[in-house]
Amino acid sequence: MPANRFNGFTEYGVGIGLRIPHYNHILERKPVVDWFEIISENFMVDGGRPLAMLDQILEQYRVVQHGVSMYFGSVEPLNREHLRRLKALVRRTKTPWLSDHLCWGSVDGSYSHDLLPMPYTFEAAKKTAQKIREARDFLEVPVVVENVSSYAEFHASEMTEWQFLTEVVEDADCGMLLDVNNIYVSSRNHSFDPYEYMHNVPHERVAQIHIAGHSKFEKYILDTHDHAVIDPVWQLYARAIELTGPTATLLEWDDHIPSFDEVHGEALKANRYVREKVVA
Amino acid sequence: MDLDHIQRSMFEAVRQPLTASEGMRQRTSDGRSLRRIAEEIIKPNDRLTSFERLEIYNRQYWFRVLAALAEDFEGLRLIIGDRNFEKLSIAYLQDCPSQSFTLRNLGSRLEPWLRSHTEFIAGVEDIALDMVRLEWAEIEAFDETSKPKLTEADLAALGPNPQFDLQPFIRLLELQCPVDQLLLAIRSEQRENDIVSNAVASNSQRRRSRKRSLPKPARVFLAVHRADNSVYFKRLDAEAFGILCALRNGKRLSEAVECVNWKSVSGEQAAQNLQAWFALWSSLGWFCKTS
Repeated sequence: MPANRFNGFTEYGVGIGLRIPHYNHILERKPVVDWFEIISENFMVDGGRPLAMLDQILEQYRVVQHGVSMYFGSVEPLNREHLRRLKALVRRTKTPWLSDHLCWGSVDGSYSHDLLPMPYTFEAAKKTAQKIREARDFLEVPVVVENVSSYAEFHASEMTEWQFLTEVVEDADCGMLLDVNNIYVSSRNHSFDPYEYMHNVPHERVAQIHIAGHSKFEKYILDTHDHAVIDPVWQLYARAIELTGPTATLLEWDDHIPSFDEVHGEALKANRYVREKVVA
Repeated sequence: MDLDHIQRSMFEAVRQPLTASEGMRQRTSDGRSLRRIAEEIIKPNDRLTSFERLEIYNRQYWFRVLAALAEDFEGLRLIIGDRNFEKLSIAYLQDCPSQSFTLRNLGSRLEPWLRSHTEFIAGVEDIALDMVRLEWAEIEAFDETSKPKLTEADLAALGPNPQFDLQPFIRLLELQCPVDQLLLAIRSEQRENDIVSNAVASNSQRRRSRKRSLPKPARVFLAVHRADNSVYFKRLDAEAFGILCALRNGKRLSEAVECVNWKSVSGEQAAQNLQAWFALWSSLGWFCKTS
C-alpha cells in the first residue's frame, strides 16, 4: 500500500514540516530529507519571500502540500478564490497529493481558523464527500483527508469517528492522511480504544501518516505539536505501519520548535518501525 | 438537528468574547444561555460538561486571532498599551471577523474600522492611525506580486513621454507622524531582547509592550517597498512622493512631473533631483510596464 492512487503512486519516506526557523539551516547545510510538507496557506500569496523561499526548496527537495482551511465539512460551498490560489500552488510545487482536514471552520464566509469537529451523521458525510470530490476535480490532484483531534462530541452523531471517516472517504473515493497522534488525543478525550479506530479504517486508502506531540491537561489532551512524540503514539504508529505497510510519514512540530536536527532526528525514529515491519 | 444548525450554533458560541479570566461567558451578547446552547449540541463526558468542552474551542479561537493581530500590529500595541490593544482587538474582531482563509488578512479592515472607533485611540489618533496604515502596508508589501522591472535602458527606450507603473508591492504613505522610525526602534529593541533571552519567535505575541515616549508630529512621505524579499521604508521628498503617486494613478511622465509643486526648488535643482530620483528608483526596480 505504500504507493497507491491516493498518493500519486509515490513512495516517500519520512519527512518533516517546512518551518521558518529552519530555513537558513536547510538552505545552507542542505540536509538529506526525504520530503517536506508545507502548509499551503502560507504560500498562497502573490510574491515576495514566501514564494522565493519555496522555489529554493523546490530546487532540491520534494514537497507535499497540507492545508488547514479548505473546510470540507462546512455547509457553505468551497471558496473559489481559495481553490484558484491552491491550484496555482499545486502547479508550482507539483505535489503528488494534497491533504486537508476532515473538519469544518467557516459559516457564511467568516473563518474560525480552527479545525472544528464534525457531527458524525450521514448528512454530514454526504455533504463533505461531495465537497472533496469538487475540490479534487478542480485541483486535478489526489486529495486526501486527515482525521482531526477533537475535544467535543455531538448529540447528533449517528456513528463513531472511524465509521464517519470511512463513510466520507469511500463516498468521495479519496485517500486518508491518518494522523496517529490525533487518534490518540481523541481516544483520550472521548474514551475510546485507539486500536479499534486504527483497525477499522480502510487501510488501502492511507496515503500518508502524521505523527506529533501533544500537551496533557488535567481533564483533556490538547493537540499542540510542541513536543516530541510520546511512546504510546509510537506504538500506535507501529500498528498503523503493520496495517498499511511503509507509508509516507511526517512529523509535525509547530510550536516551541527546536533545532532542525532535533526535529529531523525525532521524525527519523519512524524508520525504526518501518524497518521492523519490513524485517517481519 | 441538521448540520447547518449545529455549525451556526457552535460558530456563534465559539466567537463570543471570553470573560476577564479567559473563560466562556454564561450568555451570548443577546442574552441567550451559552450553557443551554452547549448542552443542546454537545455531549458531556465523565470529566467535562458540555459547556466546558465548548469552552475549549471558544478559548482557542480567541487566543489564535488575538495573537495573530498582536503580532501584525506591534506598533499600535505599543502606542495604546497592551490592555487597550486587547480591548480594541476584541471589538474589531467582533465587528470584522476574518473573511479570509488566511490569518494574513485579519487586519485588512482595521484602519477604516478604527477611523469610526476612535474611542480606542483617544489622544493618540493621528499616530495610531498612521501606525496601522504603516503596519498594514508592510504586510502587503511583503508578499504582493512583482512584475518584471524596467531598467534605465528600458525607460529610455519608452520615448520622451512614457507611461509606466510602479511595482504592485510598493505602498505610498503620507504620514502625520514619523511612525516609521518608531516601528524600526521597536523592532530593534525586540531583536536585542531576543538575543539576550534566547526567546523563540513564537513567543512574540506574549511579549508585553514597554512604554516609550512617542514622537512629535512631523509630516513624512514614505514608500514601503521590497528589495531582495525584505521590506524597507524609504523616506521621500514631497515632490518625489507626488510624482510617484501620479505615476501610480496612470499619469504619463510629463504629467506626473508637472502636477508637482516645485516652488521650493530652482529649475536647475528640480532637474537634478529628478535625474537622481529616477536613477535610484530604477536601480531599486520600482518601475514596471503598465498593465
